[in-house]
Amino acid sequence: MPTPAALSSAASNAIAWRGVSKRFGATVALDGVDLEVRRGEAVALLGSNGAGKSTLAKIASGVLRPDAGSLTIGGRSVSLGSPRDARAAGVAVVHQRTDQLGAPGLDVAENLVLDQLCGGGLGWLARPSRIRARAAAIAAEIGLDLDLSADFNTLGPAHKQLVAIARAVGADASLLLLDEPTACLSAAEAATLFNVIDRLRAKGVGVLYISHRMADIERIADRLVVLRNGRIVGEQTRPFDFKLGIRQMIGRDVDTAAAPRPRGATMAKIEGLRLTPRGAPFDLDLAAGEIVALVGALGAGKSRLLRTLYGLEPIVAGSVNLGGKPWRPKNPAESIAKGVFLAGEDRWATSLLPAATPASDIAGTIALPHRKAWFPRGIVDGAVERKAALGAIEALRIRCRGPADSLESLSGGNQQKVVIGRWRAAPSRLLLLDEPFQGVDIGARRDLVESLRASRVEGATLVAVSDVEEALECADRVAVMRDHAIVALHDVDRGGADAIMNSLSAIEGESAAGARS
Amino acid sequence: MSAESNAGTAPAKRSISVAAIGRALRRHALFVVLALLVILFQSREPAFLSLNNLFSVLQSVAVVALLGVGVTVTLAVDGFDLSVGSIAAFSLMLSSYAMVVLGLGAGATVALALAAGASIGLANGLLIVALRIPDLLATLGMMFLLAGLQLIPTGGRSITTGLALPDGSIARGAFDPNFLLTGRFKLWGLVPLPVVLVAFVALATWFLMERTRWGRVFYAVGGNETAAHYAGAPTKAYRVSAYVISGVFGALGGIFIAARIGRGDVFAGASLLLDSVAAALIGFAVLNRGHANVFGTVAGAIFVGVLLNGLTMLNVPYYTQDFVKGAVLVGALALTFGIGARR
Repeated sequence: MPTPAALSSAASNAIAWRGVSKRFGATVALDGVDLEVRRGEAVALLGSNGAGKSTLAKIASGVLRPDAGSLTIGGRSVSLGSPRDARAAGVAVVHQRTDQLGAPGLDVAENLVLDQLCGGGLGWLARPSRIRARAAAIAAEIGLDLDLSADFNTLGPAHKQLVAIARAVGADASLLLLDEPTACLSAAEAATLFNVIDRLRAKGVGVLYISHRMADIERIADRLVVLRNGRIVGEQTRPFDFKLGIRQMIGRDVDTAAAPRPRGATMAKIEGLRLTPRGAPFDLDLAAGEIVALVGALGAGKSRLLRTLYGLEPIVAGSVNLGGKPWRPKNPAESIAKGVFLAGEDRWATSLLPAATPASDIAGTIALPHRKAWFPRGIVDGAVERKAALGAIEALRIRCRGPADSLESLSGGNQQKVVIGRWRAAPSRLLLLDEPFQGVDIGARRDLVESLRASRVEGATLVAVSDVEEALECADRVAVMRDHAIVALHDVDRGGADAIMNSLSAIEGESAAGARS
Repeated sequence: MSAESNAGTAPAKRSISVAAIGRALRRHALFVVLALLVILFQSREPAFLSLNNLFSVLQSVAVVALLGVGVTVTLAVDGFDLSVGSIAAFSLMLSSYAMVVLGLGAGATVALALAAGASIGLANGLLIVALRIPDLLATLGMMFLLAGLQLIPTGGRSITTGLALPDGSIARGAFDPNFLLTGRFKLWGLVPLPVVLVAFVALATWFLMERTRWGRVFYAVGGNETAAHYAGAPTKAYRVSAYVISGVFGALGGIFIAARIGRGDVFAGASLLLDSVAAALIGFAVLNRGHANVFGTVAGAIFVGVLLNGLTMLNVPYYTQDFVKGAVLVGALALTFGIGARR
């Protein structure tokens, strides 16, 4: 079956996935994916949440094993049992989170040789001169210009990332896997990162680049691959047609929010609001029963807007009116008392209690912010909490044995349903949801959207999402944010999908131009 | 599918019942061991189960249990009050000083000592919340501070009537008889007053922590402070109040000791910290709760008290006591964290 051409290309492969499938329970994460990255090539991977991008990456980095299919690295078929195996096979991975990039307290040189230090490659005696020499060699290899004696902690996020990349590719990598590497970087920092990536490619390292940012992809990628529902649905070479890419990422049957719903009186009125001292002022009206989605790049101020309305950040300037009265919450307690609810980003950080905590089961999790209202005399009635939990379990179709289940025993989607269930357990005037579909599979997302769109919702809902697809699925209107301000507002039902995409790609194009200049 | 589940039934059933027995044993391990100990001690020494001896055991553990309950509240907010023993010792010296040197009465002395305990707890809380000093370090510092402070006014001497003060004068005051009753009075000539008061305080704290929404918030703050804050809890106020509660309980413990021994003994509070912390940690294993809880702490304190009392009756030398306590603590921790851990 392999033609001579295919054989020769196999030799120049950095990595190739062949017919790779992976299931998690009933969810198909990857469905027979064929993808290869050649040496010296940069491939960008585009896909919405749950499309299978991270599963693909985890298989290459040895975190997950595929159910079917094979993985070839540098022309040899491999079976990766652990991240260590993957490193040995030449796969270098750099994660998005900057807190896992290195060891604070050690200097840059020590971080660069961390793997050798931990693995014993430098002998048991950590001679500073030897560490320094080895680290300098690694840094020079990718053109990293940093003070090697600086403490890792004093570096900015971009430099931390560069150190992590240098460390990862230091040991003869053939593939560099980057997961949303520019998420926390400024344009100038990203430019430095891209230069390093260019040098690595010139040396023959293949790059797989996972990102939402069109500007990044335009800058570094040779090829663009679109993943949707675990399958490759599109592939382009330069010049890229990003509108096509986004369309393929979302699918032709764009689920715009179903029937337009009756819009009530104005519930919240934002006028001349500034989120940061240098941010532009903006207005936004929210009607009762309406769902508005906030979209925009990471760092555009979506979370900040929600946090400001919830009393976690001060209002820098401007005014907010809620139900006809000025709204200037001092803290979450005041917001909750007045019916303004926020489900924070990253549920385990902002919403859920670890399993060892008393009352961290489904019932306790849902009741946590409501106990003050439910039990004014202070004595907790378990029956009331259980009843609320049963209501949420039924309304959101939470898959569990009962209200006493621990959150850790639930799937990510069901955990998120509990979080949303918490804030639906009492009537709200303004419901703020920060990335509610993060790490949630498609089925659970449908249930969540359905619950949010149930007509009995009286208050207004503001949802921050990172995917346009998610915005179109759940919202009546979509607000585009950039630089801590709302810069465009579109109705979803009036052929809004195209307008939103145009608006978004225009904004992305601008920031791409900004990054290049 | 049904054929499959049928085939798997018999072995599954057996393993479930073994697991269930294992769970039940783990859940009640402390009580099973306690029952065995009581049987052993009773068979060797018939006076062991007399009411008088039982209440003397309770009297001996009352203060440790009280301090342990305070530590439990700080553990619930994911803190740790290392200064609770020093607060008790400080309160012991302060109340002695108040009566013997300043000539205050029982009421004023108790009020002063409790207020001091609350203030020290507040100081702990502010060091931790406002200055962001880690809990262990802040309370360790406070522990040293108090251990030294209590020695300064008397020049390091124990406080009794006739004490020569550093400035050369002689203290003429004495312990108020009413104050002494706090530690020595026995209801119906049998039940020591401190036991009753500690039981009441422990019950009230248990109710607070297990049955009220405030208790839930204490634990929520300890589990995930950000999540508790997002859910509307004033998390800093809860953390501070945990240390205030612990400080007040520590001070009350000091009052009981002062009232029982009737003098300001410099060394009386020496082992209180370790004993109360041990009680709170043993409490993790009680009913397999896996976290700090008031009932477990009291049970842990009583367990250690019964064990030491029985061993003393069997003429086991006093110097083995710390070893025994250590063995119990390690066993309880192994039960909590190691052996067939939850999930």
